[in-house]
Amino acid sequence: MTLSNSIRGEVTVRHLSKTFTLNGQPLPILKDFNLTIRSGESLAIVGASGSGKTTLLRILAGLEEADGGDVLIDGRRVRGVGTERAVIFQEPRLLPWLTVIDNIGFGLETRGLSRDDARLVAQRYVDLVGLNGFEIAYPRQLSGGMAQRVGIARALAVQPEILLLDEPLGALDAMTKIGMQQELARIWKDEDVTTVLVTHDLEEAIFLADRILILPREKGGEPRLIDIDLPRPRDRSAPGFVRQREELLGLFGLH
Amino acid sequence: MSYEDIHHGRAYGIGVSHPEGHASRWLAQTAAVAAPILSRYGLVIGFLVFWQVSTNVGWINASVFPPLDQIIGALWKGISSGALIDDIAISLQRSGIAFLAAVALGIPLGLFMGQVRAIEQALDPLLQFFRQTSALALYPVFILLLGLGEASKVFVIFWATLFPILLSTIGGVKEVDAKLIEMARTYGAGSLAIFRRVVLPASVPAIFVGLRLSATTALLLLIAAEMIGANKGIGFQVMNAQYNFQIPLMFAAILLLALMGLAANAALVLLQRKLCRWALPQ
Repeated sequence: MTLSNSIRGEVTVRHLSKTFTLNGQPLPILKDFNLTIRSGESLAIVGASGSGKTTLLRILAGLEEADGGDVLIDGRRVRGVGTERAVIFQEPRLLPWLTVIDNIGFGLETRGLSRDDARLVAQRYVDLVGLNGFEIAYPRQLSGGMAQRVGIARALAVQPEILLLDEPLGALDAMTKIGMQQELARIWKDEDVTTVLVTHDLEEAIFLADRILILPREKGGEPRLIDIDLPRPRDRSAPGFVRQREELLGLFGLH
Repeated sequence: MSYEDIHHGRAYGIGVSHPEGHASRWLAQTAAVAAPILSRYGLVIGFLVFWQVSTNVGWINASVFPPLDQIIGALWKGISSGALIDDIAISLQRSGIAFLAAVALGIPLGLFMGQVRAIEQALDPLLQFFRQTSALALYPVFILLLGLGEASKVFVIFWATLFPILLSTIGGVKEVDAKLIEMARTYGAGSLAIFRRVVLPASVPAIFVGLRLSATTALLLLIAAEMIGANKGIGFQVMNAQYNFQIPLMFAAILLLALMGLAANAALVLLQRKLCRWALPQ
């Protein structure tokens, strides 16, 4: 037991299956799916629409129930949502009636901190995501990129073992997106957290992830895991990066 | 007029560094202050001036539409002599009690019904039916049940004000973004915390829509109720003054009602601004 106690943020998925019903027809999304996410690693999940990448993330988050199989975190079987996990959604999902700092402190307050204590902790994360000066702004006064920073800070503030990101930059414009990717890379370097990132952007996956899980489009195809052994901080124009992207595009039959 | 004039605003008389100096600057400042007031209240002012002038000149029969100074005089006399104060007090009491009772029942019930789908679905047809039944049509029924005294008057106002509050509260709760609730759930918020921190604040703007509608309805029903079988109240005064051909007093009572409606609405808007600062445009 002493050994497993020291592991923090390891996710094991065993024999997971999930089937949706679409127009009365069963639509299998995941079938006997197995995966281990190492403690502290960044895993990106890519795949075509309908490949089940968001479903897998939602099951890991506890927002969706699997039909069969287990999710284990640090060796413990989990059901439903849990405080060791935090989710960053595609939309910032901020509470419009709370200021930036109180939105960031939301998760802390639901865990029993007083508003003042939550603000004290939240201020550190305001600094981390570079929103100084916007503490008492309301969400409607923020740009899309700033709002998503608040969402990221809110998730980091509860110091989760595992951070689950569901296409977090998917709704941002191209320029903001690249800036945010660099910021995420910087933040993850400093935070001791396992990250699972669902994205449809291959370049984003290569830029951020230690490993990429590719879910097959056609049923019966095998998921593939690819190691990204590129030095950090990563450079999009480096030959290794470009080669990696070509290789991945090839796997999708796109070149 | 040259291009230069247009470019520097001189052509429009808005040059700031003009040699004529103070007078034009003062004029510009006055215009800047007066313009928004005029654009908002200009028509009202024009209407009042037209009323006053046309009755004085004799375009309009002054015994049916007395000039404004007579109406305001009658209002002032009624208030300063205390004759109208009793009426105002009893009218405020009737509509106030009914409105507060509707708030006290409508908001909690609406918050509850909006969250429990089965109850909402079971009760919705009944609510829609009641809502479509005019409260005035039911007034004889209430008189039959509660007598011609205060109870039936308060109840008919309560009845009419309950539904806007109840229905907009239910609507507000049902419209709460499910994605925000899901977000709160991932942070470990239980149903009570979700209600208190997400559902309730999200419903406040919709609740205020109902409150403002209800406040207007309360005054409407108040007058109708006071015109039937009352011997006090502003609605009674409107009727009574007309019977006695005290036309300025009649208009004074009508004016009083309009002012009460405006005051109630202004109070609610102020409260809404305080509670929903986050939802207001900058």
